[in-house]
Amino acid sequence: MKKFILDLELKENSILDKKHFLLKLTSPSPLPPMLPGQFVQVLVKNSQEVFLRRPVSIHYVDRERNELWLLIQVVGKGSQKLSELSPGATVNLLLPLGNTFTLDPVPQSRLILIGGGVGIAPLLFLGAYLKNNNHQCNFLLGARSKKDLLQLTEFEKYGTVYTTTEDGSHGEKGYVTQHSILKSKSFDMIYACGPTPMMKALAEYASETGVYCEVSLENTMACGIGACLCCVTDSLDGHLCVCTEGPVFNSKRLKW
Amino acid sequence: MVKLSVNIGGVELKNPVMTASGTFGYGLEYSDFIDISRIGGIIVKGTTIRERQGNPYPRMAETSSGMLNAVGLQNKGVDHFVSEIYPKIKDIDTNFFVNVSGSTIEDYVATAEKLNDLEKIPGIELNISCPNVKEGGMAFGTSCASAAEVTKAVRRVYHRSLMVKLSPNVSNISDIAQAVEYEGADSVSLINTLLGMAVDAEKRKAILSTVTGGLSGPAVKPVALRMVWQVSQAVKIPVIGLGGIMSAQDAIEFILAGATAVQVGTANFIDPCISTKIIDGIEDYLVRNKFNNISDIVGVI
Repeated sequence: MKKFILDLELKENSILDKKHFLLKLTSPSPLPPMLPGQFVQVLVKNSQEVFLRRPVSIHYVDRERNELWLLIQVVGKGSQKLSELSPGATVNLLLPLGNTFTLDPVPQSRLILIGGGVGIAPLLFLGAYLKNNNHQCNFLLGARSKKDLLQLTEFEKYGTVYTTTEDGSHGEKGYVTQHSILKSKSFDMIYACGPTPMMKALAEYASETGVYCEVSLENTMACGIGACLCCVTDSLDGHLCVCTEGPVFNSKRLKW
Repeated sequence: MVKLSVNIGGVELKNPVMTASGTFGYGLEYSDFIDISRIGGIIVKGTTIRERQGNPYPRMAETSSGMLNAVGLQNKGVDHFVSEIYPKIKDIDTNFFVNVSGSTIEDYVATAEKLNDLEKIPGIELNISCPNVKEGGMAFGTSCASAAEVTKAVRRVYHRSLMVKLSPNVSNISDIAQAVEYEGADSVSLINTLLGMAVDAEKRKAILSTVTGGLSGPAVKPVALRMVWQVSQAVKIPVIGLGGIMSAQDAIEFILAGATAVQVGTANFIDPCISTKIIDGIEDYLVRNKFNNISDIVGVI
């Protein structure tokens, strides 16, 4: 897919909780084609301390409103700076980058999309895409507590939502990997994004149960386009660039 | 019309802007963003005799006004370059140089020999300054004797333009430059990255898997400028300047300090269009200051 460097206009910056915010970006011309699983590289302006662009998953693309949504967790100086942006600001992005999730599962497949923390971000776009293509989605979303579960009403538009929280304040208590649905129902395919221990546990679950599992990685990057080779992950085929050969990988190919 | 073309060690570049090895892939990675044939020269990724996996992740750390990398020359080897990459780039109207690295003199020589016959590769950049490999690499570039030895050995077998990339991690870079000039280098490029380190205070660990890595970006520019100025006084062969060039103004500063051409590196990660913007900016500068030829401003300091 052709990649672009674009200046988009910030339409909305919603603070979702203390640590998370949602940017809605738009442009006078139609946004280029983008697919679920892909990411963007955001330029952080006016910061002495932030030098490189920041890779961010595509949370959702609203074609009717011509909006690109980015769900971001404040983890460092770059995301902090982005959280301070006001509507009307110009944001420079490279997009769309990386590969996609499998977007054409076998019809009638039993699909489960599992996200932990801010790892839920790419799953909304994926769920919406799959629903539009007549697939039924189950979402299993995990967070520390009820207040950390983000965008639930958005996810509910595209499938059945199951949740876990570490303190039991919403859904089942524990981690997503402990949710009863993984024992009571069987699935043909898992799509996952979240903290490494979560994805590692799912990779093990997938290999034990024989379920096909795709994970989306979030390695630190410099270029985002396969030039610097900084973001590699170790796989059965050696070091692979997360930015071009990923971010989505078959969990079986990775060395955990 | 101002004249932007320059000659570096027998190779005519349409303008003095090149892209630095390891920051621009094989050029094709950038072709969605710019017309890469506008660039004066493209130095492709560090290439070794055999495939290398490079160092374990994490191998990059952002720093104040720069970044550290410890990629460690991940590449698929020179045979892969010749059979898979070369056919895709050979008809692009720019000058591709291959950055050649090795652990032993024999490796450098064998790699250079395989590139001799590629019609559209007018030169190589001999990397004797990579700080991220355990054996060879920078070790060759930090003493006059070893820099001279590897240059001499490659010069004997390689018949096209030979650029030698120098390490800043030395006490006197001019001595090294003179040593490689004496052994037949056609040009020198400098600086490779400065050896550095980053620490995660919360985790109480080094950020890079290798602990140390190479610093690049605007943080190193003053050091690079100083070294380019020193080396250009010490040698007669062309000097290619690099180290933290983020804008046309930065590039012009290097040219004024003595560089015949420049390489843009880390800046490509932040703005994939920066190399062509720098070409345009240099031209504007020359017009604005009423110079007809880029050579009028080389080394005026």
